[in-house]
Amino acid sequence: MKLRDHYQEAVKLFQPKPSYFFNSLKAFFVGGFICAVGQALQNLYIEIFTLHISVAQQMVLGTFILLATLLTGMGVYDKIGQFAGAGSLIPITGFANSLASAAIEHRSEGIVLGVASNMFKVAGAVIVYSVVIAYILGVIHYLFSTLF
Amino acid sequence: MKLVGKQTWIFENEVYLQAAATAVGPTETEGPLGEQFDVTYQDLYCGEDTWELAERRLMKEAVQICLTKAKLEINDIDFFLAGDLLNQNVTANYTARDFPVPFLCMFGACSTSMETLAVAAALVDGNFARRVLTATSSHNATAERQFRYPTEFGGQKPKSATFTVTGAGAALVSREKSLFRITAATIGKVVDFGMYNPLDMGAAMAPAAASTIRQHFQDLKTSPQDYDFIVTGDLSGVGSPILRELLREEGYDLADKHRDCGLLIYRTDQEVFAGGSGCACCAVVTYGHLLKEMEKGNLRKIFVVATGALLSPTMMRQNESIPAIAHGVVLEAVKGEK
Repeated sequence: MKLRDHYQEAVKLFQPKPSYFFNSLKAFFVGGFICAVGQALQNLYIEIFTLHISVAQQMVLGTFILLATLLTGMGVYDKIGQFAGAGSLIPITGFANSLASAAIEHRSEGIVLGVASNMFKVAGAVIVYSVVIAYILGVIHYLFSTLF
Repeated sequence: MKLVGKQTWIFENEVYLQAAATAVGPTETEGPLGEQFDVTYQDLYCGEDTWELAERRLMKEAVQICLTKAKLEINDIDFFLAGDLLNQNVTANYTARDFPVPFLCMFGACSTSMETLAVAAALVDGNFARRVLTATSSHNATAERQFRYPTEFGGQKPKSATFTVTGAGAALVSREKSLFRITAATIGKVVDFGMYNPLDMGAAMAPAAASTIRQHFQDLKTSPQDYDFIVTGDLSGVGSPILRELLREEGYDLADKHRDCGLLIYRTDQEVFAGGSGCACCAVVTYGHLLKEMEKGNLRKIFVVATGALLSPTMMRQNESIPAIAHGVVLEAVKGEK
């Protein structure tokens, strides 16, 4: 059979296969490293500043957002992202990167119509679905806790 | 009749590519052809405040140098044809603002370089103009922002993705004798084989390139053996073998005659995924590198086929497939003339 007759299928032979195994491995280790650093920071904040665990957790998130934003501005985070894939995209650092990168990108269009209105271009979907899913889970949780 | 077969123009009057110029960004400068470009920038901003201005600067410089090489001023030009990748072709339109001669803006995505060159040659051959200037540009960051994600966004790209060339190429077409004669052009049809992945444009464009090249051979009753090189614009590492296979099935064996500008412009260790793409890719490699090879006598006759993926992010989100087009121009080295 000719390539042109069943192109969509046959062309797959020519397309490079993503290395799922190595990509997963890299994502696992980078994502795991970020989480381990988070845990270490949390312990540190609790020890040094004698904070309550919930406050320390907020501070860890704040630290990560700051770091990821700085790395994005320095042009490093996209390189980490290309290497680690989901490992650096899924943690809160990825969320911060999506906001910061969009803000930097649209800086040339002004502070209001550029930065502010485009900042959530990538992250907007994450926020919308986080809220929707939190709502649904909240309802389920409420139903179960009142019924049983 | 200057139309031969279905889609090919033969330029009966002598039409020449009188002069050409190129300007490129940092990654292209570091590439294997880096020394062959007229202007090179070490920074993506090219000394400007925004990437859009940087792209415009590249096009302006290419145009200016092209005119200087031809020892002409903009007022000596009858028509200016240009295009780029950005919405409303802003780079071309804003560049044309600074070169006030009759202007036709053209869009053929990454096929624009040969689209403008073919039309320019037709205008000159048909006595509609004495001198026509053509220009195309693309910029990695402006294209990323328009077609993909913010430049600094940390998403992962697959190996089949291409890397948009930062650069611009300009060429002047006239009756003035030069080393490079434009002898024919084949205008492509929009071809869509139902590919949906904008991060694999090579596979989407290969059938368009195959269609134009096959038609060219049929119209002119030629074969790959009649050319030193069949050069494609930006099929990259994925699309190039697909093109060769598609043409082999049609009975045309390109064998070692095929080259792809997207593979010529970068080294394999430059982290450019499957290779270069963008309007500038075919323009800077053809005007910067291939013409020099013709000048040296290494190439006598080449068929340059610029390939364009006619997608938009909106159409991709509406689950449309990627239409593609390819236009080709035949360039021949003229012996002993300069």
